[in-house]
Amino acid sequence: MADLSVTVAGVTFKNPIIPASGTFGFGREYEDLYPLSLLGGISTKGTTLDPKDGNPPPRIAETPAGMLNSVGLQNPGIDAFIRDALPYLQEQDTVIIANVAGSTVEDCVEIARRLENTKVHMLELNISCPNVKEGGVAFGTSCESAGAITAAVRKATTKPLMVKLSPNVTSITDIAKSVEAAGADAVSLINTLLGMRIDIESKRPILKNNVGGLSGPAVFPVAVRMVWQVANAVSIPVVGMGGVASGKDAIEMMMAGAQAVQVGAAIFHDPFAPVRIIREMNEWLDAHAYSSVSQIIGRVEPW
Amino acid sequence: MSYFQGNDVILHKENLAKNIYRLVIAAPDIAAFAKAGQFVHVTVPGYFLRRPISLCEADSSRGTITLVYEIRGEGTKALARLNEGETLDVMGPLGHGFTLDPGKKVIVVGGGIGVPPLLQAVKFYGANAKAILGFRDASAVILEEDFRRYGAETIVCTDNGTRGQKGFVTDALAGMVTKEKPDYLFACGPKVMLEKVAKIAADQKIECEVSLEERMGCGVGACLVCACRLKRTEEEKEYYGHVCKDGPVFPAKEVVF
Ligand SMILES: Cc1cc2nc3c(=O)[nH]c(=O)nc-3n(C[C@H](O)[C@H](O)[C@H](O)COP(=O)(O)OP(=O)(O)OC[C@H]3O[C@@H](n4cnc5c(N)ncnc54)[C@H](O)[C@@H]3O)c2cc1C
Ligand SMILES: Cc1cc2nc3c(=O)[nH]c(=O)nc-3n(C[C@H](O)[C@H](O)[C@H](O)COP(=O)(O)O)c2cc1C
Repeated sequence: MADLSVTVAGVTFKNPIIPASGTFGFGREYEDLYPLSLLGGISTKGTTLDPKDGNPPPRIAETPAGMLNSVGLQNPGIDAFIRDALPYLQEQDTVIIANVAGSTVEDCVEIARRLENTKVHMLELNISCPNVKEGGVAFGTSCESAGAITAAVRKATTKPLMVKLSPNVTSITDIAKSVEAAGADAVSLINTLLGMRIDIESKRPILKNNVGGLSGPAVFPVAVRMVWQVANAVSIPVVGMGGVASGKDAIEMMMAGAQAVQVGAAIFHDPFAPVRIIREMNEWLDAHAYSSVSQIIGRVEPW
Repeated sequence: MSYFQGNDVILHKENLAKNIYRLVIAAPDIAAFAKAGQFVHVTVPGYFLRRPISLCEADSSRGTITLVYEIRGEGTKALARLNEGETLDVMGPLGHGFTLDPGKKVIVVGGGIGVPPLLQAVKFYGANAKAILGFRDASAVILEEDFRRYGAETIVCTDNGTRGQKGFVTDALAGMVTKEKPDYLFACGPKVMLEKVAKIAADQKIECEVSLEERMGCGVGACLVCACRLKRTEEEKEYYGHVCKDGPVFPAKEVVF
């Protein structure tokens, strides 16, 4: 058995596999299938300052090897998260990453303040949600605003701060560099890629929001490429995600430079995906005689 | 909530009507915990998202569940290619079902592929249940004998009168409700039908529960995609609940149609 533990921004994870924000709720929904203590960590559903109702349905469309979603950040608000979800999560012996989003810098700063004295281990500032008008994507697509919001939240928290990047930009490395310069301790990527499906019989988009975020195996090569580029451009750790569905995918993501890996849409296909991936990684590392998963991080040998 | 996921063997496959199939699956864990009106989430080979299908029957002593589904798109078409002896990846039982209240009288109202999810409830209520089942025409009628076998007086309606009464289930219901004075109305079918049943129930002051459909992701309440508009009380403001976790069966008075 290889040592699967990894450290990201000073936080130690028992293994590198983390269910991605928005695909695992606040954890409880999967407790029937496996103890959450098997997971490296959990990235919780994106939470805003005030409760948010989300977009009208349909909010999901199937695609070849993936899906589109347009949930629109439906969530109970930060106070309900702290009051109702956190007490359970902090008993689960896993790293808690609070994913936060807001339509203004002030909102994000206030959320960070409210989380300051909680047992959350890390903040993941989502500046990349494509599904709400001011859901952060406005911050995530320009270097200036990405840097400004990162700097403001940085001042409001002593917890490790990870910033989640949008792939819907011309140069993700430039955004990554500006959030690093503004004080981010880590970056996570990728959020979903903006997409669209149309029912050709009714001529109507399947999503009521018309467009939504693409995720699942379909986006995997794009995610690997972006993780590789960003890992080479910044010196803070990179947490990789986008389409990971197997232990081999997770190994590939880590070879590209990811320090840890989040798993999202794959859970909808196989609810055991995170624990299966941990097992498969272990088997692969053993078969290749690695004693520690950290030995493969960033070890791609580019041509 | 207690649910399971595994590869379960298809014991029996049967074509009930054009494009409608019945599958009996060996799934003892699911059968042991299942309640009428709950659903399972099945993987179709070659497709990314699972498909939600209501439990038509669950037999804990035999360790089997029965699903009845209609081919409506790519996934259900692929599902229909699976045969007896093959396995199906099934996750369930999921969601909340119908109220099971011993000794009470119910009328169940189903339209088309909305008929199967009502059978397990009728199994519970037996002769205290009456069923009104609506179909396009005689060739689309399914499960009529099963509803009778479990003790429910059963009326079939077809749009064109080729079987049973001619007309809509809601026409038949209006008469039956005033005569029978049931404690509950349970309905599953097209949204327009559900809305009319809910209206009849509200007018007659009868508790009514409806089973809703929405496109789904995780099936367990984690991803929040299967949103439906709800309202707890007249005074409270509307909000989005979720079909997979809060439903699929909802009190009709809370549903915003
Ligand atoms: C709680 C619940 C219980 C259901 N019970 C039954 C049942 O007992 N028998 C039955 O025949 N059908 C039932 N349905 C409907 C069934 O899930 C859809 O007909 C099926 O998902 C269509 O899949 P497809 O691949 O053939 O269609 P496609 O149009 O190719 O599917 C594309 C995507 O849209 C989704 N989708 C399309 N139509 C629906 C729909 N009406 N409801 C939900 N998702 C949809 C699919 O799941 C898939 O993700 C139920 C739906 C829900 C929500
Ligand atoms: C239904 C759904 C909801 C999501 N909600 C959030 C969210 O609230 N905050 C966030 O940062 N990312 C959210 N995401 C994006 C995922 O966390 C992840 O970045 C993306 O789906 C790519 O990974 P995957 O291909 O493994 O799913 C959501 C994704 C899905 C599918």
